[in-house]
Amino acid sequence: MGEEISLIDFWASPFGMRVRIALAEKDVEYQFIEENMMSTVKSSLLLEMNPIHKKIPVLIHRGRPICESLVIVQYIDEVWNHKSPLLPQDPLQRAHARFWADFIDKKVYACVSDLWKNKGETLQAARKEFLETFNVIEGAIGENPYLGGETFGFADLSLIPFSSFFHASEMFGNFSIKVELPKIAAWAKRCNERESVSKILQDPIKVYEILCLARKLQGIE
Amino acid sequence: MEEVKLFGAWPSPFSYRVIWALKLKGIPYEYVEEDLSNKSALLLQYNPVHKKIPVLVHGGKPIAESLVILQYIDETWPQNPLLPKDAFERSKARFWAKFAEDKGSTIWAIFRTGGEEQEKAMKESLEMLKTIEEHALGGKKFFGGDTTGLADLTFGGIALWLGVIEDIVGVKLVEPHTFPRLCAWIENFKEIPVIKQNLPDREKLFVYLKHRREILLASP
Repeated sequence: MGEEISLIDFWASPFGMRVRIALAEKDVEYQFIEENMMSTVKSSLLLEMNPIHKKIPVLIHRGRPICESLVIVQYIDEVWNHKSPLLPQDPLQRAHARFWADFIDKKVYACVSDLWKNKGETLQAARKEFLETFNVIEGAIGENPYLGGETFGFADLSLIPFSSFFHASEMFGNFSIKVELPKIAAWAKRCNERESVSKILQDPIKVYEILCLARKLQGIE
Repeated sequence: MEEVKLFGAWPSPFSYRVIWALKLKGIPYEYVEEDLSNKSALLLQYNPVHKKIPVLVHGGKPIAESLVILQYIDETWPQNPLLPKDAFERSKARFWAKFAEDKGSTIWAIFRTGGEEQEKAMKESLEMLKTIEEHALGGKKFFGGDTTGLADLTFGGIALWLGVIEDIVGVKLVEPHTFPRLCAWIENFKEIPVIKQNLPDREKLFVYLKHRREILLASP
């Protein structure tokens, strides 16, 4: 078909991982363009493709950019609709999936960041916020195998990349996810049995190491 | 058709996004006004996670978060679609709806603050408005093209609430010579019959928000 598909991304980005998992679910091949996030200067390609936010991930399909990870995932789901639907058919279930993806966007990234970016008292506050936020998700999973219900979908995909940050969160926050959030721990393990997820998720030790480096560079440690 | 109920609050632009969508599609609904200082048990039951309006209840099933609600409405009642058919055009509409959602709070920050904090909020709001002016509309009448769409409804707060905040705070962020496209959009948007007939009374909104600001600035 001669489709030209590229993804400007950064290996450790949970937002980038969402897109990579979606592309893997659909068996779509693409060119991965690594953006150097350690540099203070953004690449000219990124600035051209995402002039408004200047952020990764950016999917480039047929020469046109699509930005914002969940917008990209929905685009992928609509264009490559031959297999592995990421959103369900039923409008109410779709609303449920979008609601949780929105919650994850609004709350999860912030509380994961707050844990590695702080120490002392502010770290304690961040720890509390992390556990409170994830407890809401713990409740939402309930007795279901997935956050989307019976099958892996949009809401699960939105959250699962953050599981690469669980080990780092445990180390900085001094808690165990298995103990504090057993359903989430079980859910993460279950999602990892999916080939697209296990192929894309980053090694939690590598993620912890890069966050430790970031903490040093920012003078937190 | 199953019963449709909307829990909203008259001063809220988020509430109006949903009203506009329902009216544009001709969907009958029952409106329930919520007192935000005294939220009903029913609202808290329907939206336990955020405890906020708007909440749409369709056949007894609640949907929360205005952008989620708008897409639900569009998918359940496909007449007068809010999103285009083409996947790439849809991604652009969703991108701008998200932009409006994420960045719109800077205008409310101007309303809620004073001094240095307010200066910062004004600077950020101007940047946001400039981005919309330069990138979002292009040569189009509406964000959605010839007709309004998801992004227009999400930017709807700019059509009335921004002007009221400007009056209360005593600033003018958006003027025809600096924001010609945005000003044209505001006029065109407010001329759409559904929008024109479904906006809060400007004077009532001014009095309400002015009072709210006084309370906010007086509290520690």
